[in-house]
Amino acid sequence: MSFVNYSSREINTKIVYYGPGLCGKTTNLQHIFNKTNPQARGKMISLATETERTLFFDFLPLSLGEIRGFKTRFHLYTVPGQVFYDASRKLILKGVDGLVFVADSQVERMEANLESFENMKINLKEQGYELDRIPYVIQYNKRDLPNAAPVEEMRKLLNIKNVPDFEAVARSGDGVFDTLKNICRLVIVELRKGK
Amino acid sequence: MAFPQLIMYEEESQQISTVLERLVRESNAKTIFLVDKNGQLISSAGDVARIDTTSLASLTAGNIAATGGLAKLLGEKEFSILFHEGEKDNLHISLIGSRVILVVIFDEHSSLGLVRLRVKKASGELNAIFEGLIRKAEAASSEGAESPFAEITDDDIENLFGE
Ligand SMILES: Nc1nc2c(ncn2[C@@H]2O[C@H](COP(=O)(O)OP(=O)(O)OP(=O)(O)O)[C@@H](O)[C@H]2O)c(=O)[nH]1
Ligand SMILES: [Mg+2]
Repeated sequence: MSFVNYSSREINTKIVYYGPGLCGKTTNLQHIFNKTNPQARGKMISLATETERTLFFDFLPLSLGEIRGFKTRFHLYTVPGQVFYDASRKLILKGVDGLVFVADSQVERMEANLESFENMKINLKEQGYELDRIPYVIQYNKRDLPNAAPVEEMRKLLNIKNVPDFEAVARSGDGVFDTLKNICRLVIVELRKGK
Repeated sequence: MAFPQLIMYEEESQQISTVLERLVRESNAKTIFLVDKNGQLISSAGDVARIDTTSLASLTAGNIAATGGLAKLLGEKEFSILFHEGEKDNLHISLIGSRVILVVIFDEHSSLGLVRLRVKKASGELNAIFEGLIRKAEAASSEGAESPFAEITDDDIENLFGE
């Protein structure tokens, strides 16, 4: 649910990174934080456990350029991927404008990917959203690992709707900005349609 | 759309500022923030210079969301007021209607009682402004008013990322 402020001439939108535990959501945001001009981003907040697992959310505010005289702000959030944090995941989804589903490419995580994708649909529904009506993209992360499943296979499993999808190695940053740019673009396009 | 987007216009923005600035004075508070439940800052008053307002807005919304989750578990509709006491500064957080969060930061120059009292009065006024805003946005969309973003071109979008 974007927030358009005619007074300060700003558009604010919320993008959520979703996916199973340890798939690399936080790593995506860390890379974006490290590689973005400090003027274009705020502080990154991570509410995490002692072992750096996301406990509630990560938050990174980005301001991209202006569009039609409005400053564009994208608030990036990650959910905690661990199964038992489901209550928190639901809360983070509130007011979402766009989603990045981060999948873990390792063969042994396929089950977890599917489970998380289903969980995302269910949680969206509970908030009164339909996945089909929200812009989203898919990222196949950890392409660097030897046990990575073929992309074609993952696509068949997860990308039934044929949305934009990207291969990534979030740890080194490959594919991270491609993913980000595409979801930002889709969110703006949605805004253009009007509601 | 089940969730109309929040839209802020110049006129209401002015009205909100007026209410917040008066609240800062009358409650002897240091700083006041108005935050959307989704974590976006709507307005602020008082001394904001040393505060990371974007982070504050996001954490406040997270806090309210978590507390709202707890309330549901206990069969409460919502906890409408949260109070955090620090060594110097205190935080009074309350809900305005169901969409907006009012955050008051105050120190020993004020008191919880005073803040409560003044917040109550200001809440009514703010609530009325937001209800007006929602009606205005609904009217605009039923009249089929063009979104200013309808004109956005693919080039505009590409240029956002042009380095
Ligand atoms: N080999 C490899 N490791 C990665 C990649 N991306 C992330 N990792 C590692 O995977 C581990 C988990 O990454 P996180 O970003 O914390 O995962 P997360 O999805 O935020 O996990 P939760 O917060 O528990 O949901 C870390 O040790 C990362 O360094 C990648 O592309 N390749
Ligand atoms: Mg994480």
